[in-house]
Amino acid sequence: MNLLFDFTVDKATNTIHITREFAADLDLVWDAFTKAEILDQWVAPKPYRLETKEMDFRVGGRWLYTMISPENAASSRWSLAEFIEIQPKVSFTTKNSFSDENGNPVDTGFTYSITRNSFKAEGEKTTVQIAKKMASLDELEQFIANGYYEKGMAMGMNNLEEYLLSLSTSK
Amino acid sequence: MRRDIFQAIADPTRRAILVLVAVQAMTPNAIADHFDITRQSISKHLRILSECDLLVQKPDGREIFYELKIDKMKEIDMWLDQFRKIMEDKFKQLDEVLFTLKNRKK
Repeated sequence: MNLLFDFTVDKATNTIHITREFAADLDLVWDAFTKAEILDQWVAPKPYRLETKEMDFRVGGRWLYTMISPENAASSRWSLAEFIEIQPKVSFTTKNSFSDENGNPVDTGFTYSITRNSFKAEGEKTTVQIAKKMASLDELEQFIANGYYEKGMAMGMNNLEEYLLSLSTSK
Repeated sequence: MRRDIFQAIADPTRRAILVLVAVQAMTPNAIADHFDITRQSISKHLRILSECDLLVQKPDGREIFYELKIDKMKEIDMWLDQFRKIMEDKFKQLDEVLFTLKNRKK
């Protein structure tokens, strides 16, 4: 099945817009974005896996989780999503930052982002729109390095080669 | 002398050096430890990469570190590409999870 995926960046407002269709009804997609037992199954990029320590899905509540490496090493970095707006089956908004294992803020070079997820049923499919607003797009590097991999490892060989080729064609 | 960037990346050792310093800035000795060639040829490769404007030297105390020189805007674009790829992969994983959950309900 061909499912829409759209990724655009508004550099003026430091916002990343993502639209993605899913082949499931709204109830199921909503659960997949808001219930820890389902989030744990898909949010971490393989071979990493996600471990949720706390999930309290209500306004003022929070989701505290971390990525576990294939070698089973727990990351020292924890991700914190604080729920600041919830309209059941319509949208929810989180404030995302990095923390220690107890959810206390840590200095990572990344301040925070505000992420709004909106859901719309369309027949058998559900469309999710994500708007992620960052303090500055410069912080994206820190966001990726802290959230997903050890610093620097996120930039694989392929990306570097593509980057070098783009340099050579632009000069 | 300004060199052609193609010349810089045509050589496998130079490509490997760029991948190393992309992860973190390194001294010539630390770079040489990764290769089975003489320090002199490493120095030559580093000189060529610097002349191509791909590496920049950062002195730190008595040591000199080489790091990848990346235009700031290009760098942001590169991280955006990386983020796009992460999101694409995540959503493909979610497609599989949704498929499994749908079948379980039936």
